[in-house]
Amino acid sequence: MRVLLAAAVVVTLITADLHFNKLSTARSLLDAAATPLYWLADLPARLGDWSEAQVQTRASLLEENERLHRESLVLQGRSLQMASLQAENVRLRALLNSSALVRDDVLVAELVGVSPDPARHQLLLNKGASDEVFVGQPLIDADGLLGQVVQVSASTSRALLITDATHSVPVQVNRNGVRAIAEGTGALGTLEIHHVAATTDIAVGDLLVTSGLGGRFPVGYPVAVVSEVERDPGQPFARIAARPSAALDRSRHVLLVFIADAQPKE
Amino acid sequence: MDDSGYGYPVVLLTFLFAAVLAILPLPQWLMWGRPEWVALVLIYWVIALPQRVGIATALLLGIGLDVLEGAVLGQNAFSLTVVALLALVLYQRVRVYGLAQQAAIVFVLVGINQLICQWVQNLQGVGARSALFLLPAVSSALLWPVVLHLLRGLRRYYQVS
Repeated sequence: MRVLLAAAVVVTLITADLHFNKLSTARSLLDAAATPLYWLADLPARLGDWSEAQVQTRASLLEENERLHRESLVLQGRSLQMASLQAENVRLRALLNSSALVRDDVLVAELVGVSPDPARHQLLLNKGASDEVFVGQPLIDADGLLGQVVQVSASTSRALLITDATHSVPVQVNRNGVRAIAEGTGALGTLEIHHVAATTDIAVGDLLVTSGLGGRFPVGYPVAVVSEVERDPGQPFARIAARPSAALDRSRHVLLVFIADAQPKE
Repeated sequence: MDDSGYGYPVVLLTFLFAAVLAILPLPQWLMWGRPEWVALVLIYWVIALPQRVGIATALLLGIGLDVLEGAVLGQNAFSLTVVALLALVLYQRVRVYGLAQQAAIVFVLVGINQLICQWVQNLQGVGARSALFLLPAVSSALLWPVVLHLLRGLRRYYQVS
């Protein structure tokens, strides 16, 4: 009797979640309740970081400070021409009758946890609905696109990485604008690009950036670098693999992108 | 023997601890071999207190784990319920088994747990691409003696019944 009841509950839950997506509110509530556990599980790593920061010597801190100063000088130097280039870009785009690119706002979020299941690439972030995070929001780190937010609760949110087997992102080759779709494989460190004709101009080392098609990801964020191109004359499509640019398994701080004119979906 | 349970908070705490262990961040190369802590603790309590811990506990525990893992709601609820059911059927025999035989049973139970999880994940399209997903069965069986002694010590110390 009890077994039958349990079976009914399980079957209902799985169908409701998989096929009807009915449980998102319940999930976000439960997720909020689960946050303390994640915090607890993250505590050892946090303590490690903290003690490492505490016991650093004065010399190494000074050294790091100097390095950061140098780095910031270099970056400032590089961005000197940014203003004029941007103005020029806007003028040229106006000449071409296309809309000006607006710079996106970002919000720094910290990782609270990662999915314990190696086949599922999800991150738990410490920013949620109270920080105006929304479902579908793109997530980047210093090197490129990480993924997108798939579930938001009050103070945390869950993001899907671009390498998850259920994730795809529209990209274009930075060199020549060839468009394609980069799909996750479930392996951290490889994306696959499907349905690219064998004659398409795409080569190892090409940078893939977001194309902005589909309206979910803003244009121009680096996604991956093509690492393998295999053209088999017997196959209609080339087999292309790419290595994600972002440090998918190393970033502790990530950036949530607010697209300038996008409305929060839902 | 009175029927009112005793020391139930201890059982709850061990489950919470197992849940924390289940989401503890691990390095990439260890991820596939993470023992199924919650299943292990559940198996122990079902065998030790079959009149208290059973299907209902497994179901609730599984839903909690699904939320924690971000899995399909019902995935772990399904697998843990089956594990609890099998443990309920087997507990009288398992109690008199030696350590090695018990570990073998744990291997089979956690293996079944992994297979069910894998099946539900494949419904969603995020299944593992190799048989590595069965590795937790091995690591769980290897860790069974440790879990058994720890939990048995706890149960005797706090006289959970």
